[in-house]
Amino acid sequence: MFETLTQRLEQIFTNLRRRGKLTEQDVDAVMREVRLALLEADVHYSVVKDFVSRVRERAVGAEVSQALNPAQQVIKIVHEELIKTLGEPQWLNLTGPKPRALMLVGLQGSGKTTAAAKLARLLRSQGERVLLVAADPYRPAAVKQLQTLGEKVGVPVFYEEKVPPPLLCAKAFDHAQKGGYSVMIMDTAGRSQLDDALMSELKAITEKVPVADILLVVDSMIGQEALHVAQGFRQAVNLTGLIMTKMDGDSRGGAAISIRSVTGVPIKFLGTGEGIDALEVYDPSRLASRILGMGDVIGLIEKAQQAYDEKTAREQAEKMMSGRFTLEDFANQLRQVKKLGPLAQILEMLPGQLGQAAKMVDPKDAERQLKMTEAIINSMTREERLNPDILNASRRRRIARGSGTDVQDVNRLIKQFREAQKLFKTLQKTGGRGMPNLFG
Amino acid sequence: MADLFSKWKEGLEKTRKATFGRIATLFGATQINSDTWDELEAILVQADLGIETTEEIIQALKQRVVQEGLTRTEELQNALREVLISRLDPTPTIDFSSHKPMVILLVGVNGSGKTTTAAKLGWQFSRTGKTVLLAAADTFRAAAVDQLQVWGDRLGLPVIAGQPNADPAAVAFDAIQSAISRKIDIVLVDTAGRLHTRYNLMEELKKIHRVVGKALPGAPHAVWLVLDATTGQNALQQAKAFKEAVHVTGIILSKLDSSARGGMAFAIQQSLGLPILYAGLGEKPEDLQVFNREAFVNGILEKNGQ
Repeated sequence: MFETLTQRLEQIFTNLRRRGKLTEQDVDAVMREVRLALLEADVHYSVVKDFVSRVRERAVGAEVSQALNPAQQVIKIVHEELIKTLGEPQWLNLTGPKPRALMLVGLQGSGKTTAAAKLARLLRSQGERVLLVAADPYRPAAVKQLQTLGEKVGVPVFYEEKVPPPLLCAKAFDHAQKGGYSVMIMDTAGRSQLDDALMSELKAITEKVPVADILLVVDSMIGQEALHVAQGFRQAVNLTGLIMTKMDGDSRGGAAISIRSVTGVPIKFLGTGEGIDALEVYDPSRLASRILGMGDVIGLIEKAQQAYDEKTAREQAEKMMSGRFTLEDFANQLRQVKKLGPLAQILEMLPGQLGQAAKMVDPKDAERQLKMTEAIINSMTREERLNPDILNASRRRRIARGSGTDVQDVNRLIKQFREAQKLFKTLQKTGGRGMPNLFG
Repeated sequence: MADLFSKWKEGLEKTRKATFGRIATLFGATQINSDTWDELEAILVQADLGIETTEEIIQALKQRVVQEGLTRTEELQNALREVLISRLDPTPTIDFSSHKPMVILLVGVNGSGKTTTAAKLGWQFSRTGKTVLLAAADTFRAAAVDQLQVWGDRLGLPVIAGQPNADPAAVAFDAIQSAISRKIDIVLVDTAGRLHTRYNLMEELKKIHRVVGKALPGAPHAVWLVLDATTGQNALQQAKAFKEAVHVTGIILSKLDSSARGGMAFAIQQSLGLPILYAGLGEKPEDLQVFNREAFVNGILEKNGQ
């Protein structure tokens, strides 16, 4: 499923290779696929509808940039709008009178207890004095679960048997105040937003305790219902943020869009693993790409756009194809690649199967290789770069010394370069068939 | 039967009120027109059937409209009910007598409701006169063992548990050995929740499956995937991955009493051929019900109060 949007869009990319302004047809062709992608990502039906018509309006007539084709341009706009909808990450409301009371709410099994412990660990590591409150007396052993996790992260857990949650939380707040705690995290029971009795219990807690943050904890695998769940909780209590859990799975997490558009509350954290430290501040651009199901292609496009000098690229392509490609050109290309940023980051941005393949590459290793290659080329004279044939044994030794490598490394590079040259020559003879289009 | 259907109606009441109630008003309009199809698409997608399944169903219905000359939305509603029902296999009856003990493995992602379901299933089986043993093989999640233990105490069911962080496969092995010597009829093995994308955790699950087979050749006799009914499109990937890893034989749809509709059941049935066996319709042990496709589909299409 992960490849689908990228694959479908590639189809469109090949059909649309014009420049100029985006036409209605360009936009519609792409928006059809975007709509499907968003529905497959579990974004709510009505939210998708609004979103698609908003983006369509913005995209028609927009100028197509030099480095992109029309379809890419539409996707870029879609991506920007998604990021805008998702909003900036926000930190907890921790300034003000202590202790700050945080409350976690959500459906059964969404991951509240785990998130509470992860938050406790994070805040404690930042020097806060944290108290956890076990306010779920209903699920068997939920209290024990929080106590075990509290022990693991070194945070005390407040609990009294047979005390209803609102009173329990009030007592806990009192205890936190007297005990000099700076943050108190209340783990509440899972509940359906349709359960009136349990929803009024939440309200009762907020009446007894001055709550600084009410965080809705949502399983990232949730379907269309996310919208109604968020609406229901927002009606009962004053939500201030969202935590998406189980993001280490392969769900696309479209619920984030639905929830953001009905509640407007910011996304504060993502749960990304079973480990107690697997809680991350979210990055809107990456989440947007994930929801679209396309890796961070947009980030790549933008980086390419910044680094890309069309004139030089065309000259180089021509040189390559004519076989007049020299080590000097090779050095230029390396510099362009480097402008894209750290390799590790680039590899992470690759979509689908390419991304899977990239996981097999050790980015540190690749980075080292790249550095070594550059050092070797930089240790050559201009004459040597333009005409590698003159590289005899003594020159090679000098280059190795100059670049801090071995003669074998220099030999390997020259051999690779020769092979590449040969490949380009053959490609030229076959008319360039099979040559991958580097700039889409 | 009356009791069974009323339980379904009660459980699905909220569901219907939340969204499917709208089908009643939609099809209250008399003539089929182009808007009918758009609205039908909206309703099916919002029930988490997924855009692909939704389009298939709409295609099938459009064909019937032409072939049978349907013009009224009321006729379309009946056709829709038939199409939806026909897309779900009738729930197979589970034969508990051919193996002793019969070993059932419960698997699923984190938070889907495995432990609660294990307890409820145990209670139901014991009510039919079977002896049941619960194996708490979730040694990873903090206090998961205690959770099952509390249920066991409440419902009067024996529980075999491992120490925290013990090898879950060993717990399952012990439980089966103990069940054999105590002549227990059914062993329910509750495993730790795991995301289907986590390689090592899925390998661990395969190991549990293998070790269970060593403790009793032929076991496990059933592997049931507990699926949260609120899950969206990811449900299919989950079911696929668990089926590949441990040969899942059926689905339990938990939390169907929430406002969620569990529409992914259709895609799972369609592409993996896995039947839905039980549905969780409430918090109480008796709220876990044998899945009934007519009740499921009828319940969600019925007008309120009928």
